[in-house]
Amino acid sequence: MHKEIQFPGFKKITAKNMPWDKVVASGHRACQGCGEILAMGMVMKAVGRDAIVANATGCMEIVTSPYPQSAWECPWIHVAFENTGAVASGIEAGLKALHRKGRVQGEMPSVIAFGGDGATADIGLQSLSGALERGHNFVYVCLDNEAYMNTGIQRSSSTPWGASTTTSPAGSKSKGQRTFKKNMPAIAAAHDIPYVATASPAFHLDLMNKVRKAVSVEGPAYLHIYSPCPTGWRCKPEQSIEVAKLAVTSKVFPLYEVIGGEWHLKKTAKPKPVEEYLKTQRRFRHLTPDDIAIIQEHVDWEYARLERLAAMTDSVEDEE
Amino acid sequence: MGKRIGTEVSLGVAEAARLANVDVVSAYPITPQTHIVEELSEYVANGHLDAEFIPVESEHSAMSAAVGAGAAGARVYTATAAQGLALMHEILFIASSMRLPMVMTVANRALSGPISIWNDHSDIMAEKDIGWVQLFVENGQEALDLTLAAFAIGEDHRVLLPVAVNMDGFILSHMIEPMVVPDQEEADAFLPAYEPAMRLDPKNPVTMGPVGMPEVYTEAKVQCEQALLGSKPVVKEVLDRFADQFGRRYELVEKNGKENAKALFLTMGALGETCMTAVDGLIKDGEDVGQVRLRLWRPFPEEEFLEACRGAERIIVIDRALSPGCINGPLAVDIKSLFYGRDDAPEIVNVIAGLGGRDVTTEDFREIYARASGGELDGGYTVWGVKSYA
Amino acid sequence: MSDKALTAWRDLALGAAITRPGSAADLKTGDWKTLRPKVDEEKCIKCALCGVYCPEFCISENEEGYWHSDPFYCKGCGICANECPKDAITMVLEEDD
Repeated sequence: MHKEIQFPGFKKITAKNMPWDKVVASGHRACQGCGEILAMGMVMKAVGRDAIVANATGCMEIVTSPYPQSAWECPWIHVAFENTGAVASGIEAGLKALHRKGRVQGEMPSVIAFGGDGATADIGLQSLSGALERGHNFVYVCLDNEAYMNTGIQRSSSTPWGASTTTSPAGSKSKGQRTFKKNMPAIAAAHDIPYVATASPAFHLDLMNKVRKAVSVEGPAYLHIYSPCPTGWRCKPEQSIEVAKLAVTSKVFPLYEVIGGEWHLKKTAKPKPVEEYLKTQRRFRHLTPDDIAIIQEHVDWEYARLERLAAMTDSVEDEE
Repeated sequence: MGKRIGTEVSLGVAEAARLANVDVVSAYPITPQTHIVEELSEYVANGHLDAEFIPVESEHSAMSAAVGAGAAGARVYTATAAQGLALMHEILFIASSMRLPMVMTVANRALSGPISIWNDHSDIMAEKDIGWVQLFVENGQEALDLTLAAFAIGEDHRVLLPVAVNMDGFILSHMIEPMVVPDQEEADAFLPAYEPAMRLDPKNPVTMGPVGMPEVYTEAKVQCEQALLGSKPVVKEVLDRFADQFGRRYELVEKNGKENAKALFLTMGALGETCMTAVDGLIKDGEDVGQVRLRLWRPFPEEEFLEACRGAERIIVIDRALSPGCINGPLAVDIKSLFYGRDDAPEIVNVIAGLGGRDVTTEDFREIYARASGGELDGGYTVWGVKSYA
Repeated sequence: MSDKALTAWRDLALGAAITRPGSAADLKTGDWKTLRPKVDEEKCIKCALCGVYCPEFCISENEEGYWHSDPFYCKGCGICANECPKDAITMVLEEDD
């Protein structure tokens, strides 16, 4: 038996009623073809302006807020790198108290936290875990570009096996990153929060609807969003969406939801070989066919586990 | 009219936070602070305080959540000590740079290592540059009163800074003392509802904590520094107002002992009361001695301090923290630099005493006085009572 | 914003906050580009995908329902051209028409 999860006030987004009101303004300083700011912009379009954003230190914080210009059209705060879960907890608790005591009127705004993969899976994991466990009503969005891009492409625990970064460089005695990517969505799901989902800006309607669900659910929600980084991944800026699409269709980054403990996986019918995905990015160009086979095997293994989880707790859907 | 009760000082401090009707308490347990937040969570659980109690997973998150709640416009309280304060270190600077008033009790405790739960000031002395208003209290009543006053100080729109109330761990936090607890009407009359000057509000969006490029970083720091410097008259004003309403007067710098004494002890915190007894005894013995106690540590009350020291030929500065490799203990460094170049500069004797809960008795003060008078303690500093060999 | 306001601490908002929402819109990021998107309206089916995928959020619908980028912000990344299902967008050198 799984928990019944409600999404009160959920309004589905379709191609016809896409929200276009940008809460993140043009004029931000993200790199050309940045998939992270694109994903963040999509999140905020789905959330709207009645929101308060807490942003961890990282690319998104830097490119949207160099004084005196801010790209933010909703209230926004940056405190530090590792504490965004805690900052969002404080905002939510503060709002709750002020609304309850009648000192602030009207609806409670949505509380959204953004962190990169380093801020989420490494340095900020403790504060995020605390915030999820305590049950604050907020949405945590991890914008995963698979390394510390803001400081110059250093490996994180979210960097995939074999990727060359400035602290996991490929060399005569190194294949690049020596560990497989930390399974952050599963860690979030292990907190038994009502809603966890993975998303990709290449599947924008899916992403925005997951945001809407995350915002409408009572309690913590966690979104893990694949965020292409042309600068760090050494791929062409125009290919950001292409790469993001390939990540999903090659099963490297499967899209799924965990709703009240039920794993919902939209199955990729005819998966592409991971090689197709890997060859789009020069961070993988040193890999040999044997290395690629290792990655393929791991991707298949992880995907099969997802299928098992979905089969155990729900049903596997075929691709639409 | 308030009531006089005998209670543990920690509970008195919790009572002050309750009287302040705080909106959010975010705290993590650490000895010797824990009784305060236990009591507050009980108030919340029993409906005696309408607040959100966030039982965070670390002090780093306690301070981070306090910043978030403060930015949302809430009145925030937290408490910590030693390792917990050190873990907050990074965020303490951000709280003041964002100009977020909040009140934090620091139940002063020695920093590891070796691990020690007992009192000294090494925790807060590592945080003297955080840009907060910092007060030191000497007894339970003062702890309660200044906690309430701290909200009024920090929230004043001329200040808008966080305030730390330093209270010696165990020596004060765990003592049972008689305290007058104001009633709610009195507290409300003294401390009006918090009006944030800026808050995270979708109706009026602001970007808080933006990137400070070199063109603006200095100015941003100076804004906070000026707010802190400018807080001194507000502290005075609030304490005067407190005295008018409650009849208990607190000065930024307190003085006792002989007028225009040749020798002065300088203390901060609970040690002041032991020293006071020693000074009384020394005066009875015919010594020309007095004592200065700093209540306001940051911003440093220069004029008031110099006034209190007028005529002194020797100041014995008691530091309750060691600053290894530095010229003096942290308090004495300030005092020496304050007197530098002045014609009336007294001799500064620096004694580091009471580390990690080591008792400092009236006898110690008498001996320090005797040895300082005999010229035995000149130059650098002396770690009092240290045993070199068995 | 004048230089004075940038440098004078007395003029800074509380905690050096930025009180003008979306003020990044003042920044011309369009001069980062070497290539710019050129839309062939004959081929365009007005699907808006270029707008959906623009990381500068600078592609919007004009009166006739065609989608064009704002050269003031467009950094010339080329995602729009790459994603256009009808190949209606080509990336051309800034100076060329």
